[in-house]
Amino acid sequence: MLLKLTCLVPLFPLIGSIINGFFGLRIGKNAVGMIAAGSMALSFLTSILVYVGYLMLPEGQHVFEQVAWTWFGAGDFSVDFGFQVDPLTLVMMFVVTGVGFIIHVYAIGYMHEEYSFYRFFAYFNLFASAMLLLIMGNNFLLMFIGWEGVGCCSYFLIGYYFEKKSACDAGTKAFIVNRVGDFAFLLAVMYIFNIFGTIDFTEVMHAAPEKLIYAGEAVTIITLLLFIGATGKSAQIPLYTWLPDAMEGPTPVSALIHAATMVTAGVYMIVRCSVLFNLAPMTMMVVAGTGAATAIMAATIGMTQFDIKRVLAYSTVSQIGYMILACGVGAYTAAIFHLVTHAFFKACLFLGSGSVIHGIHGEQDMRKMGGLKNYMPVTYWTFLVSTLAIAGIPPLSGFFSKDEVLYHALMDGNIIFWGMGISAALLTAFYMFRLVFMTFHGESRVDPHIHPHESPKVMTMPLVILAGLATIGGILGIPLFHGWHILHNWLEPVLHFDLAHALEHSEHMLHEAGRHAPSWAHLLNPKEHNLWLEIFLMAFSACVAITGIIAAYIFYIKRPDLPEKFTKGQWGFELVQNKYGVDELYDETFVKPTVEVSHLLWKECDAKAIDGTVIGTAKTIGWLSKQARAFQSGFVRNYALFIAVGFISLLLIMF
Amino acid sequence: MELLIFYPIAGLCVALAFGVIFNTSPVGSAMCLIGMMLGLAGIFVLLQAHFMAILQIIIYAGAIMVLFMFVIMLLNLKQAASADWVAREKNRFISILTGVLAVGILYKIVDITFLADLNSPAELPDTFGTVATIGESLFTDFVLPFEVASLLLLAAMIGAVVLAKPKLD
Amino acid sequence: MFEGTVPLAHYLTLSAVLFVIGIVGVLVRRNVIVVFMSIEIMLNAVNISLIAFDHYLNLSNGQIFSFMVMCVAAAEVSVGLAIIIALHRNKPTVNLDEFNLLKW
Repeated sequence: MLLKLTCLVPLFPLIGSIINGFFGLRIGKNAVGMIAAGSMALSFLTSILVYVGYLMLPEGQHVFEQVAWTWFGAGDFSVDFGFQVDPLTLVMMFVVTGVGFIIHVYAIGYMHEEYSFYRFFAYFNLFASAMLLLIMGNNFLLMFIGWEGVGCCSYFLIGYYFEKKSACDAGTKAFIVNRVGDFAFLLAVMYIFNIFGTIDFTEVMHAAPEKLIYAGEAVTIITLLLFIGATGKSAQIPLYTWLPDAMEGPTPVSALIHAATMVTAGVYMIVRCSVLFNLAPMTMMVVAGTGAATAIMAATIGMTQFDIKRVLAYSTVSQIGYMILACGVGAYTAAIFHLVTHAFFKACLFLGSGSVIHGIHGEQDMRKMGGLKNYMPVTYWTFLVSTLAIAGIPPLSGFFSKDEVLYHALMDGNIIFWGMGISAALLTAFYMFRLVFMTFHGESRVDPHIHPHESPKVMTMPLVILAGLATIGGILGIPLFHGWHILHNWLEPVLHFDLAHALEHSEHMLHEAGRHAPSWAHLLNPKEHNLWLEIFLMAFSACVAITGIIAAYIFYIKRPDLPEKFTKGQWGFELVQNKYGVDELYDETFVKPTVEVSHLLWKECDAKAIDGTVIGTAKTIGWLSKQARAFQSGFVRNYALFIAVGFISLLLIMF
Repeated sequence: MELLIFYPIAGLCVALAFGVIFNTSPVGSAMCLIGMMLGLAGIFVLLQAHFMAILQIIIYAGAIMVLFMFVIMLLNLKQAASADWVAREKNRFISILTGVLAVGILYKIVDITFLADLNSPAELPDTFGTVATIGESLFTDFVLPFEVASLLLLAAMIGAVVLAKPKLD
Repeated sequence: MFEGTVPLAHYLTLSAVLFVIGIVGVLVRRNVIVVFMSIEIMLNAVNISLIAFDHYLNLSNGQIFSFMVMCVAAAEVSVGLAIIIALHRNKPTVNLDEFNLLKW
């Protein structure tokens, strides 16, 4: 059956990675590129086949599990190496393999002059394989393997230009900050195992309402720990500092990993554990607050940056903030919708910026760009389309997804979240168009020695495809008309949550424990769907986006002197441009003490104590030998004395 | 009567032994040693071991000590400048230890010997200690040690000749 | 007053005293010839002891043993003195402390 091909989906990139890694130097750049992109294409085709197979499942069965083998078992605990296909997985699979394939093709052109061409593609494919394992695993441990795997490959790829110290540092920073999140994630998994006795997704989600008390300590702790893991991987407050530095890696890496796939792993994980999060309203509040705060904060920093990739990095942090906000108010469909559309337009934006950088031979500072739209038309138009999408102009995809997030933030959350979201939307439109205007319009501030040129077809074709997807992607979630929201209907089986049922169980468990159950009746009130409010909100967000664009136009085209006037000497601007000093704060509080302690341990414990013991033993033996040498004095009389002493001792002992 | 003979001779032996080790000149030490051996021969006679007494005089005092005298004269040893039994230059500790050792050994051995219970000698036949008796047991019960002893003497003779020979050129 | 026999213990004491004197002589003297003579004193002391026991037990084993001891003493003295003469040829001294080349 077609569904049996599921295990092949992560396998193709893995094989591609192994071939490229071991034989890459020998088979030549063309072959390496074809193997890498080809394996992704095969994965994509297999995903389509799996999708077809899924559609053929009988009515009522929503999940297909394929267990490859039992990985290990210890007593009652056993972990399978298995894959799970359900609607959520399929969405993610298409995103990862589809966008991944497009970016692979682009990377063949972008990385063409590199010497370690094969190393890049080996890591790239390995990353894709790990990401697919993450989304297709059927238990927490397998997801964790993929989680760690993508973190590891992210480290490899960020530090791809390892001769540069800044790249190595950035890679290390990404890995370590991720690790903090991973630690929390692992604690959560252990706690889940402690309560449920299993870490299989279907079993845990099924038993959750019966084992966990609504808003109890257990579920709150689990979900908070899971969320901390998500902040690490998805670059939210407080673990976002690695993402801007990660721009040291090549642009395709930024596009795939830090726009479309890895950073969305946190969002995927939260949606996968939606049952657990639904049972913990306090965590949801934290999640939503963090998402909203991150969205605004990153947007403010993005406004002040001059490096084209940094702006896009902060924009990524901000957009993922939207997704997290959506998760936090319970709108998981909106989160996934925004995830998909963001993958399209953000990848296009990153690849476009890569094309620009490629065209002006490595310059990344926007103050040295300008007027490039005449030299690079394809790049310009695709970039413009994607920027319109991210700003939220109808009828592009970004409008639909962002609007849905904001609507749910208002309806299911509260007006503060909506306010933060809409402000972030305004800022997003502003700084994204600032980027477009500074890069492509106006006077050319490019260095006269550099002659900008358009990128080759292999790089512009992916841009076109992604821009097209960014345009029509909105189809997945057409609002207003009941039943027309394709994505919602599609994800319904996964996100279905019976709150009444869960509350009943919680009351039951609390009564058994002899505690009093609070009144939860208010939670069960049905929410009405206010059609006019929705239309009003849609119009409002469109207006906000247009306002942002006009503001950017004024600041950067009409009167380019305004930015200087506003920001010169302002301490607020300096603070924001310095990323609110967060990096320095982390450095002082966490990094320096750790380094101090390590130095202490090295100098005292290792050098003095342990080495001292070992060397000291040798020295003691040397000293003892020296003393023993004194016996061999060469004096016969001494020898006679010792003979006599020995004889006496014998005599004394025997008698 | 025995007592009158034994104690003076014993005392003389001990005194001469002290003389051996405390004498500055090697010839003097050799002389004292000869005297001590003659004294011991006398004690052997007291113990009715006549054969051994004569052997003592012939072998020890007669052969071995003569050999000593030969070597002393050959090496032309003079009287030592100073008593060389004083404490060694380097190590007082060793000399004190030696002293303690000596006293300790003496005490211990004496202590043990006084446990012995044999105060009155057994009845000795007239043939005790005569040449005939000893010769008889030497050639019947103890013929193997006797033969081995002769081999030993042969080896010693060869060894002495080889060792003392001047270098062959 | 002068009646009675000499107890065995006294003979053994004499043997012990002579033996100890011999040991002290070996340890204390530096002249190698005198050391040799002290060794002879020790051997003689043992002879006394052997023959004393023989007297008191009416055996002849002790005397035979003593005979062997004398034999060995003779052999040892001859070889030892030959060695001393050979040493004297290399280094014209009989001071035992000066033959200390076999040290560490």
